[in-house]
Amino acid sequence: MSILVDKNTRVVVQGITGREGAFHAARCKEYGTTVVGGVTPGKGGTTHDGFPVWNTVAEAVAQEGANCALIFVPPAAAADAIMEAAATGVSLIVCITEGIPVADMVRAKHCLASTGSRLIGPNCPGVITPGQAKIGIMPGHIHTPGPVGVVSRSGTLTYEVVHQLTQRGIGQSTCVGIGGDPVNGTSFVDVLRLFSEDPETRAIMLIGEIGVTAEEDAAVYIKAHVKKAVVAFICGQTAPPGRRMGHAGAIIAGGKGTAAEKMAALGAAGVTLVKSPADMGATVERVLRVA
Amino acid sequence: MKIHEYQAKVILREFGVPVPAGDVAETPAAALAIAQKLGGRVVVKAQVHAGGRGKGGGIKLADDPPGAEAAAGQILGMRLKTPQTPPEGIEVRRVLVEEASPIRQELYLSVTLDRARVTPVVMASEAGGMEIEEVAARSPEKILREWAHPALGLQAFQARTLAFGLGLSGDRFKAAVAAILNFYQCYLAKDCSLAEINPLVVTADGRLLALDAKLNFDDNALYRHPEIRELRDINEEDPLDVEASKFNLNYIKLSGNVGCMVNGAGLAMATMDIIKLAGGEPANFLDVGGGASPEQIENAFRILSSDPSVKAVFINVFGGILRCDRLAEGVIAAVKKLGLRLPVVVRMEGTNVELGKKMLAESGLALTTADDMGAGARKVVELARRAA
Repeated sequence: MSILVDKNTRVVVQGITGREGAFHAARCKEYGTTVVGGVTPGKGGTTHDGFPVWNTVAEAVAQEGANCALIFVPPAAAADAIMEAAATGVSLIVCITEGIPVADMVRAKHCLASTGSRLIGPNCPGVITPGQAKIGIMPGHIHTPGPVGVVSRSGTLTYEVVHQLTQRGIGQSTCVGIGGDPVNGTSFVDVLRLFSEDPETRAIMLIGEIGVTAEEDAAVYIKAHVKKAVVAFICGQTAPPGRRMGHAGAIIAGGKGTAAEKMAALGAAGVTLVKSPADMGATVERVLRVA
Repeated sequence: MKIHEYQAKVILREFGVPVPAGDVAETPAAALAIAQKLGGRVVVKAQVHAGGRGKGGGIKLADDPPGAEAAAGQILGMRLKTPQTPPEGIEVRRVLVEEASPIRQELYLSVTLDRARVTPVVMASEAGGMEIEEVAARSPEKILREWAHPALGLQAFQARTLAFGLGLSGDRFKAAVAAILNFYQCYLAKDCSLAEINPLVVTADGRLLALDAKLNFDDNALYRHPEIRELRDINEEDPLDVEASKFNLNYIKLSGNVGCMVNGAGLAMATMDIIKLAGGEPANFLDVGGGASPEQIENAFRILSSDPSVKAVFINVFGGILRCDRLAEGVIAAVKKLGLRLPVVVRMEGTNVELGKKMLAESGLALTTADDMGAGARKVVELARRAA
């Protein structure tokens, strides 16, 4: 078992003829993911690096039964690409694109609410179920199947924790990067709910950061609903207020959104907190032993 | 992106939000000319990207044109210090000279994104002229909110609800409804992240005017607003931040002495945290991004080591898209070009790590390597301490 993606996931890559789209479509396929092809409007009927290319997502769904869209479309057209994918009814949309205007995401999010599609991202590394499917830009080889669910707002910091876990012989059920933007599709709470219901996941590693209230919302949910062990690290403990730390959502504004507040909320919900990012793997190992 | 008050007022005027008559001046003589044209009392306001200007001596009233010239002479060139500026203040290069009107009432109006509801929220308050955070903390009932529909926008009835809530009637009510709807259009059309009028005043002669104005913009949307991009004033930004932005690097200068170069925003913040845990202080936040080229690595290294307070450098990279061999190539090129003035600790992991390590070892450069983040942080903090 796992969440969101598995052996049955059939991926269509939007923006497959771009540099990033082409490169990562090939890496996902190498990992064993079923990549049915890609979409670039105007290039339908051609092939790109061996992948069939369609003009629309709807054609990929009709012809190849695609049930997941992976988006590498540039920021100016990315929200439109999300809405196109949602209109076809694919169950999962993973948007890697960084730099989408906030106003575009407000409209896309509103549009998604009336469809059955779930959006992961944007501005995220994607989703991987080790040994089954990699839908994103994460380095596949550092992952290994196992009992820990990982959910994070950060990309490379997720690779860091996965590496620490794998080195200790601890595998992952599914790793989900929810992205660093202020408006995103899937929240910590959504993923925590899925991990709670997944029998394979025995413990959950949550990586948060300063800004917005996603971690505070997670704390409320964990306290009320999550029976499994949760370990959390919040980065940005030393970040200055009022400055945007790389991610559009990572800013301490009006004294709100500090790492200390988030850690206090999670601690009060019974979450095991990690102070140093070097100790994430060791802490999960310890928690698993008693779980 | 931020702009100046005088630039924001030009935009508001275009959208039909009433602002006081006035113009911007770079010299006392120009301020005199504007005041002569306006006639009567004027206010002279320092134009810097920081609030609290009045308390810092950056806003002065003048009874006549010579008084305006004198006020501009005092403000132009001063280093204005307010709670929102760096400790050394910001040099004032421009002043806004405006008609000064007796004020009957100060209100507050803003539009921003409500992140929880994922739609713009319009906020209005009778408690204008104060920091809105202060009002929210002390008397939250004084803040009125109307949420725009994410697709359909703000409706006229919502603007009426706000204007009635502010206690306005007659001509002021009509003017406020129009101003609120026009202001919302401005927020939307220009991709603002924050649009704020504080205070929005009712003058003694019954007019409604935006006395101060702040417009911040969504950086991600600037590509479709070249006219806004032109309003950027790099004098208001840290020179190293400006240099880094030329190479698409996310750099923020901090006050410590351990320079950091990291890929990914989360790992970059975590690296700052672990330096602090090891007893040091980070000198900067620097995210070279997921797919940095050797040229970007070289520029990043140059920028962070040009900060004189940096005593040691910590390079912490988890190679995903950014392969370790490309990182090594960039670091080696940078060090060969710029010389190795500072101790450098490199910790890398991930894609092509063996090749990257081999390249660094064979380069003959005196770099210190570390196998994990914790060890790397301890080493670099120790090296910075010895060099300080």
